[in-house]
Amino acid sequence: MTADNYPPDNAAGQPDNAAPTYRSTQKRAPSIPPVVVPATLGELSKPLFGHNNLTENDSDLTRQHNAKPQGERIIVAGRLLDEGLRPASGHLIEIWQTNAAGRYIHAADQHDAPLDPNFTGAGRTVTDADGWYRFTTVKPGAYPWGNHTNAWRPAHIHFSLFGPSFLSRLVTQMYFPADPLLALDPILQSVADATERARLISILDFDLTQPGWALGYRFDITLRGNNQTPTES
Amino acid sequence: MKNATPSQTIGPFFAYSLTSTKYGRRLLASNRIDSVSGTQIRVKGQVFDGDGEPVPDAMLEIWQADPEGRLAGANDGANIKFTGFARAATDQDGTFIFETVKPGRFHTSNDILQAPHISVIVFARGILTHLHTRIYFADETSNDNDPILAAIEDPNRRVTLIAVPDSDGNGYTNYRFNIRLQGEEETVFFQWS
Ligand SMILES: [Fe+2]
Repeated sequence: MTADNYPPDNAAGQPDNAAPTYRSTQKRAPSIPPVVVPATLGELSKPLFGHNNLTENDSDLTRQHNAKPQGERIIVAGRLLDEGLRPASGHLIEIWQTNAAGRYIHAADQHDAPLDPNFTGAGRTVTDADGWYRFTTVKPGAYPWGNHTNAWRPAHIHFSLFGPSFLSRLVTQMYFPADPLLALDPILQSVADATERARLISILDFDLTQPGWALGYRFDITLRGNNQTPTES
Repeated sequence: MKNATPSQTIGPFFAYSLTSTKYGRRLLASNRIDSVSGTQIRVKGQVFDGDGEPVPDAMLEIWQADPEGRLAGANDGANIKFTGFARAATDQDGTFIFETVKPGRFHTSNDILQAPHISVIVFARGILTHLHTRIYFADETSNDNDPILAAIEDPNRRVTLIAVPDSDGNGYTNYRFNIRLQGEEETVFFQWS
C-alpha cells in the first residue's frame, strides 16, 4: 500500500463541511483549508481491533431481544468495493438507526415517539470474500430535528466502515428510495453532485427480497483507495 | 474507477452503537490502548466549536505506533497484542480521555524520521466529512525536525498540534490536548495525499 493508491482528486464528491443550510456546520466547520501533506505509513496502514468474535445476532437487529421488534422487517445488503471496483473483503461495518417509530434508544433522543423494548438499533458485520455484507432489521422512521421549522430527517441508517487503511475510513448514511423528504434534507443535499448524492439512496432489490418475509434494499459502498498495483508509465 | 461513497455526518446519536457500554453492548474499542512496554500516558482534552463552546457529541478515533515505532496493521513483526486503535466520545464538557503509551518514531515514505505522534480522526454532528489531525508532544525535541509539522506554513499554527504536560499524580504521564474546530487558534487539519 502506497500513497499512489490514494490520489487526492478522488476526494471529489465528498460534501464540503461548510454547508450553509445544515445549521450545525456553522460553528463546527473549520474556516481554514486543510494542510495537504503526503501520507505516511501511519495513514496508509490499517487499525487493528478484535472483530472476529461477532455472532449472527450482531447482523440481525430483529433477533437481539426476546421478542420481535415492531415495524416492517427489511433486508439491507450490498457490496463493499474499492475505487478500482475490486471487492473489499474482511472489513468491519457498523450500523445504527431509529426504531420503526423514528426514535433512537440513545438517552439524548427526546423525540416524542415510543421506544421499542425489543429493538436496540445497532448492528455489526464483516464483509465476505466477495465484499458482500447483509443485515436484517426493521425500516427506520423519519424524525423531526431542530434545523429549521418542520425539519424532518428522511428515514436513514447510519453506516461506519473501516477499509484497508486509516485513509479509507468512512461514516455515511443510507437512505430509502422515493422518500419525499430526501429533496428537503440539508444533510443529504450537502453532497452537491446529483449522481454522487444518488449513491446514498438504496435500491429496492427483488434479488435480495425474501418472498413472503421481507423486502430487500441494496446499498453498495465504495471505499477510498485503489489497491491495483500501479503500472509503470 | 469510481469515487468513494460520499461521507455524511455521524450525527448526535452514535454513542449507543459505537462508544457506550450503557446499552449492554460489547465495544469494538475503548479509549484505552494496552501495552507491555513504553511510557504510560493519558491525553485529556476538550473539543470546542467556533464560539469556544464545548462540543458534547464528538467522537475521536486514534491510531498510533507502538513504543518501538511499529504499526500493528502495517508490517514487520509488530506486536499484534498492541492494537494501536482507540475510540472516545466527548462528554457534556466536550472532554475526552485517551489512556495509551507514548508512540515510537517511524519513517515517512521518503525515509525521514517523524517525531512521536498519534493520528486522530474527529467526527461530530455538524461535521459532514470527518477531520484528520495529529497529536504531538511538547517534550519531544524531534518535533523541530518533523516533516509533517514543517509542512504547516504558518509556524504559529503548529502549536495547535502539540500536547502539553499536565498535572501528574495518577500513575500516568499526563498531557492536555484541545481541539478547536473553528476560529481563533483553530486546530490544523490535514488532507493526506
Ligand atoms: Fe440519524
